[in-house]
Parts: sequence; C-alpha cells; structure tokens
Amino acid sequence: MKLPQGAPGAKVLAFGHYQPANVVTNDDLAKLIETNDAWIQSRVGIKERRFAGPEESEIDLAVQAGGKALAASGLAAGDIDLVIVATCTLEAQIPNAAGRVSHRLGIDAPGAYDVNAACAGFCYALASASDAIRAGSAKNVLVIGTEKLTQWVDIQDRATSVIFADGAGAAVVVPSETPGIGPVVWGSAGDKADAIMIKDRNSALNQEGQTVFRWATTALHPIAREACERAGVDPAELAAFVPHQANLRIIEAIARKIGATNAVVAKDIVLAGNTSAASIPLALSRMIERGEVPSGGLALLLGFGAGLTYASQVIEIP
Amino acid sequence: MAATEQEILAGLGKIINEITGIPAADVTPEKNFVDDLDIDSLSMVEIAVAAQDEFGAEIPDDQLKHLKTVKDVINFIQA
Repeated sequence: MKLPQGAPGAKVLAFGHYQPANVVTNDDLAKLIETNDAWIQSRVGIKERRFAGPEESEIDLAVQAGGKALAASGLAAGDIDLVIVATCTLEAQIPNAAGRVSHRLGIDAPGAYDVNAACAGFCYALASASDAIRAGSAKNVLVIGTEKLTQWVDIQDRATSVIFADGAGAAVVVPSETPGIGPVVWGSAGDKADAIMIKDRNSALNQEGQTVFRWATTALHPIAREACERAGVDPAELAAFVPHQANLRIIEAIARKIGATNAVVAKDIVLAGNTSAASIPLALSRMIERGEVPSGGLALLLGFGAGLTYASQVIEIP
Repeated sequence: MAATEQEILAGLGKIINEITGIPAADVTPEKNFVDDLDIDSLSMVEIAVAAQDEFGAEIPDDQLKHLKTVKDVINFIQA
C-alpha cells in the first residue's frame, strides 16, 4: 500500500456569494407580526434581510454562489474534484445537496458530501477541504454554505423570524506552497443542544435566545484567540474579523474581547440577517467585493451555532 | 466576608452603567429592570455575567427571568 503526496498547504483562491432578490425590511415584518423596526435593530441589529420564494431552493442558492466563486477563481468546473456543502436547512435529507449542486455546475463525478454543523458549518467544511488537499485526497475543492432558513422558521415566532434569512456563499480552495488556511480550533457543547433545535419534521426552529447569547458572549472569544495562537498570528495583525453573523450585539461583544484592533469587523447581518452556514462566506465575499479588506491580508473566521458547535481559523484573504 | 447590600448596589450600578449607559445613581433597589430602567433581556444576560465575575454568584437564565427588580438581584447574590 502507498499514500499520495499532499500539498504543503491550502488557500482560498476566490469567494462568491448569492442572495435572493426579495428584500424584507423590518417594516415589512411589522405588517405580518407584532414587532417594529426599533425593537429588531436594538436586539439583533438587523435592518433588512433576503427571503427566497417558493421558486428558489437552497440548492438554487448554492448553485448561484458556487458558480460565482468558480468563475472568480479562473478554474474550470473540470478542475474541481471535491464539493462540500455546509447546510442545516435542506427541505429533504435525501439526496444530499453536494451531488445535486455539483451536477448543475457541470462538475463531473467529484467527491460530494454535506456538513451539518449549523452556523459553524462553513468553518468545518473549510477545515475539511484544507485537510483533504494537504492529505492528497483532493486537488481543488469547492466549499459552499447555503441556507434557506425561512422554510424551517415559523413567521409568527418573532424570536426567530426577525433574525433568520436565506443566502449562500462559496469558496474555491486550492493547493498552496505556504499556508493560506490556518489550523482549525473546533469543538462542541452537546449539553446545550436544546438551546437551538427543530424538534421533529413538523416543527419549526426554536431558539433559547438568552442561553445562546450568554454562551456566545462568554465561551467563544478564547476559541478565536486560540485559532490565532495556533496560526502564529497576533490578533493585532488581522485585517478582518468575520464571525458568524448571529446577532450584532454578539459580534460586537466578541470583537471587543479578541483584541483585533486593526481588523475590519464584519457586520453583514445588518443587511443580510442571520444566514447560518452561509453567513461567513457571504459576509467576507461582500467585504472583498466592496474593497473593504486587502488581498493577502489575514481574516479570522469564527463559526458557532446549533449543536452547539463552534470552529475558528485564520485565512489569507484572496 | 460577603458583600453588603450597599456594596452590591454600588457594584450593580457600575455594571449597569457600563452595559446600558444608565447613570449608576438611577440604579436603586426598588427599580424594575424592564418598566423603570428599560433594560432588555439580552442586557440582563450581560449584567448577570458581569455580576458573576464581580460577586462570584452565578445567576442561571432560568432564575434570571424571576429577578424583576434591583433588590431581587441583590437578594439573590446575598443568598
């Protein structure tokens, strides 16, 4: 038996993102449920979000984002040999998303699997992609975070329906001579699994807001700092901090505790809502598109969510 | 030695001021967090976490919702 020779490192060559066209403002929601713009902005920091209609599935969102990342990378569909889709909101569990998305993008016979680590899913998938390249299991990987939260949220539950939204973000990951994706720090807190859950196939997503808020604002900044340490990066060197876009108050609380004094902090939630596994690539892709972060700079990613799961790593911005 | 009511009140005033911007002098025992001080449920979590760091008494979320006034929190910390 012999083993293949992997690459010394892996890096993100390009990002891409996609949001449904339908913009839903807080005032729009106030027409449907008992809420208002001031309440939503003060609690979660969201001004507007996007909802996909019945004509657009989480697979459609993933195909759009994946296609854009692929086009931006300059690689051809045939160059991709592994597709990983991070999602927790598939309408049906079988078949997986990765196979269907690959086929629609014209990627022929890649390894194709889904990752369910909820809002931490993209960071888990990115770590798996990097490891696959370094182990020689894959050459070029397409990683996609896609979510259609609206199909698992009860619009009448204002604790969730004002927060969660739809969208997708993607990254093309390729071999690299120097490390472009740092070591992942990941873990879980299964004792708090009940804090974010869909009880059964007939239920909607339920979230214990205070429990999640307390956990997120107290347990996660050491994880993010450890990801920096393991990558040999001082937080002050970071050009960007891109945490999962859960809640603006959580984002700001964690950012204060990390010491990323020179980093642009992603606040994409304001205009995109919480899109779970899609939120990190969606936010970073939009920051790159707006020219807010330098190519070659370092970005700290921090995913966290249902499970409860978390994962963090430093990456080089393409 | 456990903190006195006055010490806890002064500590809570400082914590609440840092988290919400409400003047510490407005934080008096009879004040209701929601009705009088307009403090929301997420700020209450931040206050509970800061109070735990300051006074060493953990206030779990299932207890937090029963603590309506400043005096309730002082009593909980002293208990």
